[in-house]
Amino acid sequence: MQHNWNFASVFAYWDVLLIGLWGTVYIFAITCVLGLGFGLVVGMMRYSKAWWISYPARVFVEVFRNTPVLVQIIWFFFALPVVTGVEVSAFTAAALGITLNTIAFSAEVFRGGIQSIEREQWEAGKAIGMNYAQTMRRIILYQALKRMLPPLTSRGIEVFKMSTLASVVAYSETLHQAKLIASYEFNPIEAYTVVAIMFFLVLLPLVQLTYVLERRFGKSD
Amino acid sequence: MTPVVEIRNLHKSFGDLEVLRGIDLDVMQGEAVVLLGSSGSGKSTLLRCINFMEEPTDGRVRINGDLVGTERGGRMQYREAELCRLRTRVGMVFQHFNLFPHMTTLENVMEGQVIVLGRSKEEAKSKAMQQLSRVGLEDKAPEYPARLSGGQKQRVAIARALAMDPEVMLFDEVTSALDPELVGEVLKTMRQLAEEGMTMVCVTHEIGFAYHVANKVCFLHEGRILEQGEPQKILKSPDSTRVSEFLEGHSLFKLPD
Repeated sequence: MQHNWNFASVFAYWDVLLIGLWGTVYIFAITCVLGLGFGLVVGMMRYSKAWWISYPARVFVEVFRNTPVLVQIIWFFFALPVVTGVEVSAFTAAALGITLNTIAFSAEVFRGGIQSIEREQWEAGKAIGMNYAQTMRRIILYQALKRMLPPLTSRGIEVFKMSTLASVVAYSETLHQAKLIASYEFNPIEAYTVVAIMFFLVLLPLVQLTYVLERRFGKSD
Repeated sequence: MTPVVEIRNLHKSFGDLEVLRGIDLDVMQGEAVVLLGSSGSGKSTLLRCINFMEEPTDGRVRINGDLVGTERGGRMQYREAELCRLRTRVGMVFQHFNLFPHMTTLENVMEGQVIVLGRSKEEAKSKAMQQLSRVGLEDKAPEYPARLSGGQKQRVAIARALAMDPEVMLFDEVTSALDPELVGEVLKTMRQLAEEGMTMVCVTHEIGFAYHVANKVCFLHEGRILEQGEPQKILKSPDSTRVSEFLEGHSLFKLPD
């Protein structure tokens, strides 16, 4: 099969791609922060001994962990306005879908991390008069975070790449912009190749950063 | 004189299993009490009921006269805030040290002072250094627990509890997890504390320690105190055959003639 590689036809639209990259970083930043933040809350709820706290958290996790994000985004974009009468922008629909999914997955990471800390550490905190919240914050979470850093890094990478799903509702992130170029220039192979390279170039340094974090956490070993 | 620890009719069950079946015990100011008994006799549970790591099923605990909990309809109720305050007054040292691995030795000893007692960092630090030198480890202040030996870890744990200025110290088999050659340094620290007049309750298998350091020995059997009194009496000529059997079966039992 013959193909004349023509990357110049993609790079000519560098400004279009840059808008896309900004869109990707923007939706990633928001969904990642909200997803991990609320994920921690839901994870701690899952860990709770009171069933009326842990049970709703569990239902939430199972619903959003076991449904496709792509379908969620489409549903929020098209069905939510029908159900509620409120218009939902492409960004909101996509951010909502990705965030809810991130909450569900990271909640499980947080729960597992908290559970992995020995009971003795809780007792040591208690024995010097710390309450539940103080022990959780000062003793348990710090140690758990250290163990959770590798799975959370994977989650972060996953969220970054998941942002491409927002293209399905025409939110202007990288993949959507590349699709535009491809439809003008009939060069989808080159356009999508450039998307892949762009993602790789952005993610690789980010991942290096987490290794630095891991070393920082590891200084007490 | 008010006892530092006053326990009345203490019961504790785990499900159907009744571990403590009515304990009465007074610990006076400056006394060192050793709890002996075979495994399953309830001695650790009794100790853990004094600082409410376990909540008693029934009975009353008073610390320097203050009743722990509030009575409602014949049952005691305990609030977290009250128990947290109580635990600052009752220090505890564990079998497995339970130091915070992500903090240095100094930070371990400062943590409760700053977070729970609200002391300033400077005050907590000077207090921590004071307690670390008391257990002979001031030079280990910047080290992380992973770099310490078992005996050193346990002495840091003792310093961490002491830094809260407790009214009584509880020791839960604190030498059981140590290599034999490290047991001595921890026992020495405990003996020194007892001689300085610290009120303490110890669960231990170190009969020698009980003999030389304790003012009172309590022998627990099936959730009750079977015999209590001066160590010379209990350890040399116990009334109960159960106690003599326990002592005979104890391989570490070596008493001076």
